[in-house]
Amino acid sequence: MNFVTPDFMPVMPEIFLLSMVCIIMIIDLFVKDESRGATYVLSLIALITTAFLSFSNFSDQSISTFNGSFILDPMASILKITICIVVVGVFIYAKDYLKDRNMYKGEYFTLGLFGVLGMMVMVSAGNFLTVYLGLELLSLSMYAMIAMQRDSIVASEAAMKYFILGAIASGMLLYGMSMVYGVTGSLDLATINKAVSGADRVVMSFGLVFIILGVAFKLGAVPFHMWMPDVYHGSPTSVTLYIASAPKIAAFAMMYRLLVDGLSGMHADWQMILIILSVLSMVFGNIIAIAQTNIKRMLAYSTISHVGFIIMGVVTGTQAGYGAAMFYAIVYAIMSVGAFGMIVLLSRAGFEAENLEDFKGLNQKSPWFALVMMAIMFSMAGVPPFLGFWAKLAVLQEAVNSGLIWFAVVGVVTSVIGAFYYLRVIKMVYFDKPVDETPLQASMDIRLTLSINGLAILAIGLYPTALITLCMSTFA
Amino acid sequence: MLTLTHFLVLSAIVFSISLAGVFINRKNIIILLMCVELMLLAVNTNFIAFSHYLNDTAGQVFVFFILTVAAAEAAIGLAILVVLFRNKRTINVEDLDTLKG
Repeated sequence: MNFVTPDFMPVMPEIFLLSMVCIIMIIDLFVKDESRGATYVLSLIALITTAFLSFSNFSDQSISTFNGSFILDPMASILKITICIVVVGVFIYAKDYLKDRNMYKGEYFTLGLFGVLGMMVMVSAGNFLTVYLGLELLSLSMYAMIAMQRDSIVASEAAMKYFILGAIASGMLLYGMSMVYGVTGSLDLATINKAVSGADRVVMSFGLVFIILGVAFKLGAVPFHMWMPDVYHGSPTSVTLYIASAPKIAAFAMMYRLLVDGLSGMHADWQMILIILSVLSMVFGNIIAIAQTNIKRMLAYSTISHVGFIIMGVVTGTQAGYGAAMFYAIVYAIMSVGAFGMIVLLSRAGFEAENLEDFKGLNQKSPWFALVMMAIMFSMAGVPPFLGFWAKLAVLQEAVNSGLIWFAVVGVVTSVIGAFYYLRVIKMVYFDKPVDETPLQASMDIRLTLSINGLAILAIGLYPTALITLCMSTFA
Repeated sequence: MLTLTHFLVLSAIVFSISLAGVFINRKNIIILLMCVELMLLAVNTNFIAFSHYLNDTAGQVFVFFILTVAAAEAAIGLAILVVLFRNKRTINVEDLDTLKG
């Protein structure tokens, strides 16, 4: 038996991040509460360097190392860079919120970084084992982050619900994986894909259903969405920011790795299941969101409808469709981090700003951030020229191109329904009298990041070609 | 003679019991945690049976990872349970209704 040393270069960003998290964790032990900023700054440096390493690691071909269990391809690089940048935004938004609530401890940042590591492993997974380990690293970090606000009843309840449902979903996913392993005799996604055609159809479909169930839960597609509104609502906003943004990119990557890299031979089987999930998500997400009065719950249902669109891109089964879905996932993360950033901006010690009423009259308090809020909401509703429009357009175009015209029509109709609740927020921001007259107290770095976030939604929306081409070219 | 089917049926039964336990149980969160562990054990049985009959060790390696992750998961689950009990003074599933799902 000979041992071949694997090529470590493609895994550099992950190795760097892992060492940095360990160092940050140790440094944090010796840091006093008043100089906690050191942990925060180090975490940001770690994330930015990881993004840079992923960028310098970029390769046009797909490289695999560790016996095929780790894959570095253009999609992985782009998604890793996006995840790091989005989480930088999350940490900047979260800092003051944590300070005001006496939660400004190192745990938030170390758990967050471990979650990022989990996401990066998921994005690069080439083996059932790596998919599972990445997923669990991310999920376990998130359970703990939600429960960090120890004296809050809603937070601990949300953590418990998320934990139980998440563990069941992982169990389902594993059961499906074990079935596929039994039929194909391999855990390696590429080998499985080759073995699919000769494998027993019935057992394969059986395993496939369980795998889709697990993936749909992690994405939050109807009817496996029950956890999302409760968890978004119950978690402290600093954690909701995290949960709602980058993990959805990772969940998209997981869906792509499992269903396309691993089981593309069963496209006909999973296509129908995913269409049902997608239609249900778009319809229920958008309709139930109208009835919400809590903006975090409203955004949770809006996430569910966006997930429907991401799935729509994957359903097409074409390279361009995957590119469109990937573009949508990235755009969604940018919009979502901005939307929850607005909630953080309005909140202050003892005031959560999580009801829709709290956004009334924002224009009188700060015309600039009213404008940013409008950009985010228009983008989520899919109004040109904002970023969200191009994402919706790309996905719908691919659905039409692959002959699923009725499916695209459902998408358009439900986004028109969805536009109602986004526009209602804009109406509150501009035309209603403020309920609470206190001026905004957010610090300069949040204001700056949020402005950049809002401007990015407009600027990339005006010149979307570069990002779209980049996403499309990764699958060509 | 025990065949692969026997093991698969056994793990399917254990898996169903754990699922039923999650959805029927309305009393106690600790029972939910036990059901989750049982579910992972059913999966482990599956993996080991396949791995034995396929003569492939990858499945057994996977089982070690699942066991480790399950231990970490149980630790976090119980920690969350303690936090929840401190706040609510109950671990009854039906009392988890502050957030209307």
